[in-house]
Amino acid sequence: MPVRVRVPTPLRRFTAGIDEVPADGDSIRSVLEDLERRHPGMSERLLDEKGELRRFVNIYLNGDDIRFLNQLNSKVKDGDDISIVPAIAGGRS
Amino acid sequence: MATISQSSPRLRADEVSGEVVPAAHANSVLELIGNTPLLEITRLTEGILRPRVSIFAKLEGFNPGGSVKDRPARKMLEIGLARGDLRPGKVIIDSSSGNTGIALAMIGATIGYPVELVMPANASRERKKILEAFGAKPIYSEQLEGSDGAIRLCRKIVAENPERYFKPDQYNNEANSLAHFETTGPEIWRQTEGRVTHFVATIGTSGTVMGTGRFLKSRDPNIKIIAVEPDDPMHGLEGLKYMAASIVPGIYHEDELDDKMPVSTEDAYEMVYALGQFEGILVGQSSGAAMVAALKLARDLNEGCVVTVFPDFGDKYLSTNLWIGWQEWRRERLQRLIRKWNVSANATT
Repeated sequence: MPVRVRVPTPLRRFTAGIDEVPADGDSIRSVLEDLERRHPGMSERLLDEKGELRRFVNIYLNGDDIRFLNQLNSKVKDGDDISIVPAIAGGRS
Repeated sequence: MATISQSSPRLRADEVSGEVVPAAHANSVLELIGNTPLLEITRLTEGILRPRVSIFAKLEGFNPGGSVKDRPARKMLEIGLARGDLRPGKVIIDSSSGNTGIALAMIGATIGYPVELVMPANASRERKKILEAFGAKPIYSEQLEGSDGAIRLCRKIVAENPERYFKPDQYNNEANSLAHFETTGPEIWRQTEGRVTHFVATIGTSGTVMGTGRFLKSRDPNIKIIAVEPDDPMHGLEGLKYMAASIVPGIYHEDELDDKMPVSTEDAYEMVYALGQFEGILVGQSSGAAMVAALKLARDLNEGCVVTVFPDFGDKYLSTNLWIGWQEWRRERLQRLIRKWNVSANATT
């Protein structure tokens, strides 16, 4: 299912500087797997060695923090809006 | 790598004051800035350091505004007032992910100037409340753009109405590092009785490491100055900058550093938990990062006095990601963390 993913500045080096990219999947986890296929290197910044969301990474599904939904197993549907937000970010001008 | 131009002219000799001596009693909170205590870290380092090696942390949370940023904020406003750039009718504005904002808000309230602060929308809730409690007006920038987004929005606001604002511009104002040259550096020199051999500090604007380092080198050029930065542009160390992918502050002069040490967000967070449980001191994540670097450095020394800076205490971060999953942390994890560093060190040799 195609969704829109908003990418924070520190991860745009993996998306050729683009701030919003499409991805497919029926859960946040599968969307992240698809993002990794399309933009290699991204998932290592988002997930720890156990495959869990890094503590300093927040993901919002249609504005809701997935930690308060079903974490990485939160279901997504066609047209959903996903934002990846570091706890606090630096970035490139 | 992007840079921003130096917007602040060089400081005149008469703007550089001598060493600040603690006041016997204070007439204003401004007089309470600085002269923070130096704590030797002993329990957490037990069995890790050689006998003639010690680590001290300067506890900047004891400043009245609660962080190291009180020092540069006071100096930048003092010089602004003295030059007439800050005068009645002006509004103080700057971009800050938090602590500088709090310091400017506190000082603005004290000297009777309104303050507006631009920060990413995801700055911690406690900090936003503190700013408002001091009467400052927060302006939120896009959270996906991070601290650089706040810098850009602040520039835009000032450009649209330049006469209205006084912008201390902590990233480019040499008064920022001068505050540390005049206060933090001399205090460390005095508190260690000149025994300091290494100074380790995290980089945000770089004012602390630049100014303190410069002072310490002026006393003893053999003192090593080490900056600590996140190990990746995607990090959770609020207030710190990964320089290679950031707007580089005009006051940052990398050639004055002896070394730079990268620290991962996870290691810094774990060190915050360790400092709480071993040393009884609750600090923010930048202090965790500073301690990781200080410990990594000190455990390889045969002899030395390593001084680092804990920029603030941890109460402002209790609602942040720093504390996600901390209940699983146990004291044994510190040993595991240090063993992990050994593995990495061996892997690179």
